[in-house]
Amino acid sequence: MTGGNGGDRPRVGVYVCHCGTNIAGTVDVESVARWAGESLPGVAVAREYKYMCSSLGQDLIQQDIEKEGLDRVVVAACSPHLHEKTFRRACAKAGLNPFLMQMANIREHVSWSAEDRALATDKARAEVAAAVRRVEHHRPLEPVKVPVNPATLVVGGGIAGIQAALELADAGYPVYLVEREPSIGGHMAQFDKTFPTLDCAACILTPRMSEVGQHENVTLMAYSEVEEVTGYVGNFHVRVRRKARFVNEATCTGCGVCIEKCPQSVVDEVFEAGLGYRKAIYRPFPQAVPKFPVIDKAACTYFQRGKCKACEIFCGPKSIDFQQQDEVVQIEVGNIILATGYELFDSRRLPQYGYGRLANVFTSLEFERLCNAAGPTNGKIVLRDGVTEPKRIAIVHCVGSRDKNTNEYCSAVCCMSALKFGHLLMEKTGAEVWSFYIDMRPLHKGYEEFYHRLLDEGMRFVRGRVAEVTDAAREAGEEGRLIVQYEDTLIGKQRRLPVDMVFLMGALEPRRDSKQVGLRFGLSCSMDGWFIERHPKLDPVATMTDGVFIAGTCQGPKDIPDSVAQGAAASARVQGMISKGSVLVEPVVASIADERCSGCRICNTLCPFNAISFDAEAAVSRINGVMCKGCGTCVAACPASAISGAHFDDTQVGAEIEGILWDALPERGMAEVTP
Amino acid sequence: MRYGYYPGCSLERSSAPYDVSTRAVADRLGLMLEEIDDWNCCGATEYVTLHKTAAYALVGRNLALAQAQLGRGDGRAPSLVAPCSACFLNLGKVDHAMAEHPEVERAVNGSLGAGGLRYDPGALAVRHLLEVIVNDVGLGKVCGQVKAPLQALRVAPYYGCLLTRPEIPGHTHDDPEQPTSLDELLKALGCEVVDFPLKTHCCGGHMTQISAATAYSLLYRLLRSAHEYRADVIAVACPMCQLNLDAYQGAVNKEYGTDFQLPVLYFTQLMGLAFGLPAEELGLGREFVSPEAALAKVGVATPRVAEPAAKPAAKRKKGEQALPMPVKRAARKRQRATS
Amino acid sequence: MNHPRASTAPVRLLERVAADTPGGERLKLCLQCGTCGGSCPSGPDMDQTPRALFALLMDGDDQAVLRSNAPWYCVSCYHCTVRCPQAIPITDVMYALRRASVRAGLADDTDAPDFSETFIGYVEKYGRSFELGLATRYHLTHSPLQKIGHGPMALGMMFKDRLGLRPARIKGLSQLKAILAKAKHMEEAQGALRILPGLQPRT
Repeated sequence: MTGGNGGDRPRVGVYVCHCGTNIAGTVDVESVARWAGESLPGVAVAREYKYMCSSLGQDLIQQDIEKEGLDRVVVAACSPHLHEKTFRRACAKAGLNPFLMQMANIREHVSWSAEDRALATDKARAEVAAAVRRVEHHRPLEPVKVPVNPATLVVGGGIAGIQAALELADAGYPVYLVEREPSIGGHMAQFDKTFPTLDCAACILTPRMSEVGQHENVTLMAYSEVEEVTGYVGNFHVRVRRKARFVNEATCTGCGVCIEKCPQSVVDEVFEAGLGYRKAIYRPFPQAVPKFPVIDKAACTYFQRGKCKACEIFCGPKSIDFQQQDEVVQIEVGNIILATGYELFDSRRLPQYGYGRLANVFTSLEFERLCNAAGPTNGKIVLRDGVTEPKRIAIVHCVGSRDKNTNEYCSAVCCMSALKFGHLLMEKTGAEVWSFYIDMRPLHKGYEEFYHRLLDEGMRFVRGRVAEVTDAAREAGEEGRLIVQYEDTLIGKQRRLPVDMVFLMGALEPRRDSKQVGLRFGLSCSMDGWFIERHPKLDPVATMTDGVFIAGTCQGPKDIPDSVAQGAAASARVQGMISKGSVLVEPVVASIADERCSGCRICNTLCPFNAISFDAEAAVSRINGVMCKGCGTCVAACPASAISGAHFDDTQVGAEIEGILWDALPERGMAEVTP
Repeated sequence: MRYGYYPGCSLERSSAPYDVSTRAVADRLGLMLEEIDDWNCCGATEYVTLHKTAAYALVGRNLALAQAQLGRGDGRAPSLVAPCSACFLNLGKVDHAMAEHPEVERAVNGSLGAGGLRYDPGALAVRHLLEVIVNDVGLGKVCGQVKAPLQALRVAPYYGCLLTRPEIPGHTHDDPEQPTSLDELLKALGCEVVDFPLKTHCCGGHMTQISAATAYSLLYRLLRSAHEYRADVIAVACPMCQLNLDAYQGAVNKEYGTDFQLPVLYFTQLMGLAFGLPAEELGLGREFVSPEAALAKVGVATPRVAEPAAKPAAKRKKGEQALPMPVKRAARKRQRATS
Repeated sequence: MNHPRASTAPVRLLERVAADTPGGERLKLCLQCGTCGGSCPSGPDMDQTPRALFALLMDGDDQAVLRSNAPWYCVSCYHCTVRCPQAIPITDVMYALRRASVRAGLADDTDAPDFSETFIGYVEKYGRSFELGLATRYHLTHSPLQKIGHGPMALGMMFKDRLGLRPARIKGLSQLKAILAKAKHMEEAQGALRILPGLQPRT
């Protein structure tokens, strides 16, 4: 299967993969390989194989490089996203510079997106021709080795972030833990009990909070936000804004007298989920870490009306500082772990459930605060009037989940939370508790058993999504109560159930600013808004940006055990980077030909990675090869064509385009095109 | 502003007061309603029960006539206004189905061709009268016309079904479950608007003709709830809703042993009254349930326009034991994934 | 016309209904959650909830579906449609089921088709609906007993000048007739009017 060899032309080997039936099911792989060997100039060897990525497949390539003297390789297979590294490694093993290998994606681009076999085979030919034409112009490149800063930035102080920070700190590495709220703890700190073991959330969380707060390797930056990230894997430069607390952390003892004396009480929309009050100077909860209070400027009488200062008057160590300003800090880290968590679905978006209109419809977070001994009712389950105990309670599943009108995904934790609610409600009130579900999904170790326990405890289960919750009574017994209307789908009848209290199991949603945060850290979000992992199965905590990892619910809905596991996994990945000490940076970067650069500096401002600076002495612009990502913006923008992108220069891209058009440019002929 | 006007069959006779009051109010507000020549019935919910393509073609003739009469407008698609919710839905639904589904477009225009007509989907913006008044005229201008505010009149705003459902992109302008446009309009007239929980629940539609027991049950629910919320009047924006709630109220009372006396008026009639127009020019007096007692309550005072202002965090009252209610926040716009 | 199969071949009712409803192909996405059955204002009167009807449709029990009274109790309120988590155009599916049921001759347990037919008759004759004619003719011919109950209402309507004694007639009646005839012809050509194979009208 050897083709013609045009003199001192590079000798190209073409390897077409079947990928089982993934490619061969739609593309005539044999004919593509035969055609490449017979018709494409420069091709010395062309083969097809069932799985090119297998070790036998890789061996084929290596043997040909050695025996046939190949100096270029084209692998027509899947996306380079998946196996470019594999085949580069195979080439390197046989002594060929890995950048002399090019992949043609005939799976995602061809067989998976086409139906007609003949047309798909034609397109595969074009992809192969393009890769062959291009690879002839490739030049050997050497990756750059850069050291890894052993410090790590963890963003988000919920349970996933705490876990990641602690594991890194315990391993002896410095960690910066940045949290937006005044205290770390996240959603877990708001919870009362955790399923399925029913251990107290605070009892297992607060020890970890104080440990991370006091750890010698952890720099805790609460009430702070990351504003800017520059740099690259191993060497990130991060700008953090530390918001003014109006409390001097150096002298504050955390005694809480200021809070006690503050005359202004406002609804606490964050920690108490809108169900309780806090003062204008406050600490979200007693075990907050750090312990320092913070003044809410919008609620503070002094800030709004210029009078009061009760906190300042009563503060022993004189720690109140109304003049305090935000502080901007610059930190240097080698890796970043994002653990920014989720937001609860706003149930007002489904008006048929009456939340916000009907007083005794509550959200799941409100339940947690209602049930919590430290909450607004000291753990007593009562109606919105603050006194009445409920006799019958309905729990509505899938509020904002599994619904194309809101979020299509399943929020994964609500079924188990609902079971937990059922247990606690029956234990605390003796009320009848009804759960309305579409499918019951208790999917982890010990979860199904917990479901059985609740069946045994007498919780009522109805298979049917609740249609509406109303105060419009129709029959006797409904007056003055909430009526839940639904179809019991196992009976096939519409029913109405009068209850006193309704809990809505709201969906877990991505943070409202997840897209902006993603942009800041170089991450993309799924259609739903969750951060996208590098590979959904095999690389769940890494991302497409080297050195940036994700953990916990910012990646998708998950419960506490899974969030903790991801925090630990992300920390393990970072430790691997640190102990290796250096990383190889792709040499696919731009470079400037000094003699052609006019010093116009257009490229300086356009570079999205701040990799270009101006050398005033030489009056030319210079590119930092480590910061450059090879995006090509400057190459296209340079009015003097002084910038070229390695691995993407004009000749290479031009040849690739000619290859794609091989059957549309018959008059020129493949062999005629100038190399 | 010039608008194509499609009154629909009900407004010719059984709901003539809606037509009369609409024209009177439009006149005050400077809305130029130009009736579409020789329009035909929209088919209500009946035609599509037996024939699909013909039902669409029936509506298609109206769209085609309106397109020919209204022309291209000023660059934007001219508005075709319907005061009846069923007409509003049928006209909008066919326009949308023709735009979204090529086979529907082919079938409708294929049929229209037999009559020498054609309709280009998207050529018209099909709109409900209420939405035009709220969005084009604006509550500020409505407020400016109020001479005799309807203060102390407790009104249950009743939207019914087809004004806000199904949700068609570009066609539906209010929440399908908890719309507020009629509430806001009524507040602008000075009315005391009750938080009517069944504001979008069904009046029974044609069930009064087919299964009276079913219809009466639906009407009973609405009347009972409006009564429990101490409404003086139910305000409607659809002739079918008015007919069912008004004409069958006696039958419902008989069936359920109740004594509801809830007058059911078109929102345009209430607007006219607030504008100081004489009752007879608004078609009042043809109701089954007399509005006399309710309207006697209407005094003169300055109207209130509800302005949703940003509120600071609610403060705690001294000795407050009850838990705070969730903060009122504009419901985030529902978004349906396009199929 | 782009029909899944030739009109003479056996087609499952599910496919027929899906093809006869804009967006009806979403029917197969039904999760059986029951939001429709719970939302339906006339749900208590239905022998099958909409959800159960869709289960029967998936199961291929076409007889049971077409004999159900559920589509005839649909009041077209569209609550199910806007609440359906799978965005199935349920109300429009109900219309398609009504048409299929009439064509299969199985809609004999309700007066609704007769009401629709009377309504359509006036529209086709005059171009507008005729409320008085509808009220009297439909009730006299189809349910004289119910007429008694409606009598006072109709009288009241006339007394209050809310029922016209003569129907309005549009000018372009022949044009409208030509359009409707063409539409019905096109529908027939698609095979939509044919009784589903394997289904026998109830005797």
